[in-house]
Amino acid sequence: MSTVILLALTGLGLAALYFLVASGLSLVFGLADVLNFAHGLFLGVGAYATWWAAGNLPGAGPGGFGFVVAVAFGVLAGALVAVLVELVLIRPLYSRTIEQVLVTVGLSLAGVALLQATWGADPRPFPRPAWTREVTSILGANVPNAGLLLIIAAVLVLGGLLAFLRFTRYGLIIRAGVENREMVTALGIDVRKAFTLVFAIGGAAAALAGALGGVYFGTVSPGQGGSLLIFAFIVVVIGGMGSVVGSAYAAVAVGLLQQFVNYYGTSGLGDLCVVGLLAVVLLLRPQGLAGKVAHA
Amino acid sequence: MTEVKSPEVAAPPEAVPDELTPGHSRWLGLRPYAPLAALVVAAILPYSTLNLPGVFEGPLNSPGTLQLLAICLVFGGLAAGYDLLFGRTGMLSFGHALYFAAGVYGTDILITRFGLPLWQAALFTVVGGAILAALLGAVALRTVGIAFAMVTLAFAQVGAILVARDFGGLTGGEEGLPLDVSGLPSALVGVANTVNLYWLALAYLTLVVFVVHRVSGSPTGRVLAGLRDDERRIGVLGLDPYRFKLVAFALAGGLATAGGVVYCLIVGGASPHVTSSELTLSLLVMVVLGGPGTRWGPVLGGILYMYLDHRLTAFGTSDAVNSLPAFLSHPLSQPLFVLGTVFILAVYFFPGGLASLRSRLTPVLAALRRR
Amino acid sequence: MSEPVLSVENLSVRIAGLHILQGVSFEVAPTGVTVLLGRNGVGKTTTLRAIVGLTPRNGEVRGTIRMGARSLLARPTHRLVRDGLGYVPEDRCVFAGLTVAENLRLAERRGTTPAYDKVFALFPELDRRGRQRAGSLSGGQQQMLAIGRVLLNDNRLLLIDEPTKGLAPKVVTEVAEVLERVAESVPVLLVEQNLAVVRRLARDAVVLSTGKVAWTGDAQELLLETALTKSLLGVGSEVAESARSESGPRAAQSRTKDGIA
Repeated sequence: MSTVILLALTGLGLAALYFLVASGLSLVFGLADVLNFAHGLFLGVGAYATWWAAGNLPGAGPGGFGFVVAVAFGVLAGALVAVLVELVLIRPLYSRTIEQVLVTVGLSLAGVALLQATWGADPRPFPRPAWTREVTSILGANVPNAGLLLIIAAVLVLGGLLAFLRFTRYGLIIRAGVENREMVTALGIDVRKAFTLVFAIGGAAAALAGALGGVYFGTVSPGQGGSLLIFAFIVVVIGGMGSVVGSAYAAVAVGLLQQFVNYYGTSGLGDLCVVGLLAVVLLLRPQGLAGKVAHA
Repeated sequence: MTEVKSPEVAAPPEAVPDELTPGHSRWLGLRPYAPLAALVVAAILPYSTLNLPGVFEGPLNSPGTLQLLAICLVFGGLAAGYDLLFGRTGMLSFGHALYFAAGVYGTDILITRFGLPLWQAALFTVVGGAILAALLGAVALRTVGIAFAMVTLAFAQVGAILVARDFGGLTGGEEGLPLDVSGLPSALVGVANTVNLYWLALAYLTLVVFVVHRVSGSPTGRVLAGLRDDERRIGVLGLDPYRFKLVAFALAGGLATAGGVVYCLIVGGASPHVTSSELTLSLLVMVVLGGPGTRWGPVLGGILYMYLDHRLTAFGTSDAVNSLPAFLSHPLSQPLFVLGTVFILAVYFFPGGLASLRSRLTPVLAALRRR
Repeated sequence: MSEPVLSVENLSVRIAGLHILQGVSFEVAPTGVTVLLGRNGVGKTTTLRAIVGLTPRNGEVRGTIRMGARSLLARPTHRLVRDGLGYVPEDRCVFAGLTVAENLRLAERRGTTPAYDKVFALFPELDRRGRQRAGSLSGGQQQMLAIGRVLLNDNRLLLIDEPTKGLAPKVVTEVAEVLERVAESVPVLLVEQNLAVVRRLARDAVVLSTGKVAWTGDAQELLLETALTKSLLGVGSEVAESARSESGPRAAQSRTKDGIA
């Protein structure tokens, strides 16, 4: 029993990581039709900025409140980079979808190489508060605190995002824009401002995933974002593009499936099952669990 | 949103190299023979002992240079095959590495683990690769546009996982699998025979260019071009877009698998990096740099990209770069940083790639001649 | 004749290689309803979309479009709309996942007071159904919502694309009544296939045929000439009397889901 609980909670931890990356991807795609390959870079920026801040930024550190400051710095850096990417690289190519994808591809290659050039290709130990290395006993299972931290963060982000989408003017514009962007402009709204905003939100969430993922894995390396990104893409497609709630459901499904099958089956089999799940969902429901049809 | 734009006419570059202006009209008459001439030059190149310091490390006929050139040629062919999907049909696949990797690992496993002779291994692999592409394409093509890109990416990821986890002990996992050369024809084994591998790569490139050229000139090719420009119009004509796209996908997959077979022989084994999504991304970069939907653009893009990828590593560690301040020398020592940046600039400023250079220069040339 | 509110001169639109509009010129009078007529696929919707700046990116627009002294081409859609060009697209395009109140709130603008009293006086239904999801409204109610959200702001000209399409005869009459009242205060450029509605509302008519203007003049005169109507629109007036419940198949080029085909 305790094994099942442990697997469920570590699976949820993984799901939390996927959700943090996928929610931003999904919103950016749903609103702006940009498949953002550079999203993994935002994650990398968040992780390295947190790592750097913990060692160098006054007031920040590897433990206690200092760690909160370090993570906040990382999240801010991720959001900032995302906004810059949108303003400088994506916006001039407004509604030229393929070129936008190409630019984010180039950026993901160049950006990761830049991280590697600056901090080296090898994983670096990530600063983390002592308590995140300990475990909490839940119903007889010893669950790593770092995983619980991820789950809590993801739930908070989910709640915050939903409230933002539900109760604010920009949330309204984003929800409407995901449905029909053209009609939003036909009501006299400059939808591009909302683009910048979703990039900032997505960048911040991905950077948070980078920082907390660093805590979870204990190390940070330039390629970390890339491997997570593929599963985040899968989560986005399964959940339905543009749907935050769909991303949350899909992340949980993918995280649990992966964890349980990898434990009870062969290692790696879980990853394959996830792709199998993707194929099944696409065959039965091409538009994903929730959200708009992923039209051309 | 799957369509790929034809190159937009932009402001022509201001400066024109002098050597491009004279003899223009004579050149036009010879143009149809230029590919043939290039092929002949490429074929007899290994007989040259020319030394190009800075361009290659050894003379042209040294094994090291020939191997690099052979790799470049294979990727020229791969890029041309990928362009069948991207540039000519408008399908943005992010999983092309899978079929290339199937070729590399298929050949390697059949020869090294099962002791098959080369021709059988190659045949099974290529047929298997094409069937794999047809099966996966049948599922993936139920989606279009960006979703299609994501699904192909996910399928390719399965390949990467299968290889890395080494199910059944076939692939050698992270270590890769060196090719067992004992059963191979002796002409393809050993450093002294690198030249034969070079010719093999050249033959592969020629085959791909020929096939892509034939397909795009055929009625099927015109339907594919129609799909790229406006899929609905093809649907209105009563043709089934799905079937045509599936044919293109399977064909491109088969060509990539064949490229994998040749690559496996050239580098003498398989390593997991051929399964990575970065490989597909670099194919995309090659095609865009070269010029999507053109006959020679992707080939040139592929050759140039692989050349730069190899040579920039040497360039990055050269004294000239090392003497620069750290904030410049570190990024410049990363080939992917340089290539990624060049790629982004190309998307902005050279939407038609290398192949559009001539059409960009033509107005300038005409103006100069009139003077 | 007084200054037109909108003048279109030599408008050409090419989309994905198809020459949909080939030099269209017409004017919209500063009061009343000007109706844009023509068979399916002649480019009526393309014309409205070109005016409001929603030609898809693979399209190319030439010519001049002026509202008053101001040229509209090359200005982004949201600016045109803020300057008083109200657009009610074909197929309503209400945001199905949003509530009626949210659909309306989206149209509010900073610095102006939305005219909710005016809209709710015209469409009391929208007030009552504020919390309902727009996707669950009937076709007629969705059309009311699509018109209502445009009327929240002051407009100098309304572009309305086939407001009665696919509606039941009784609802068609309701929509026509509303449009009649709306047109009392703001000029309307209307695309309409239902000739009964045209007869009731239109003062001027512009008839398009294969991308060109085939006829302009008094709408009522046009409708009186059965032969002309038949040759230009492909319908006899007796057909037109009965409300059309469904519009026929239309050429693919005039329909793009969100403008980025």
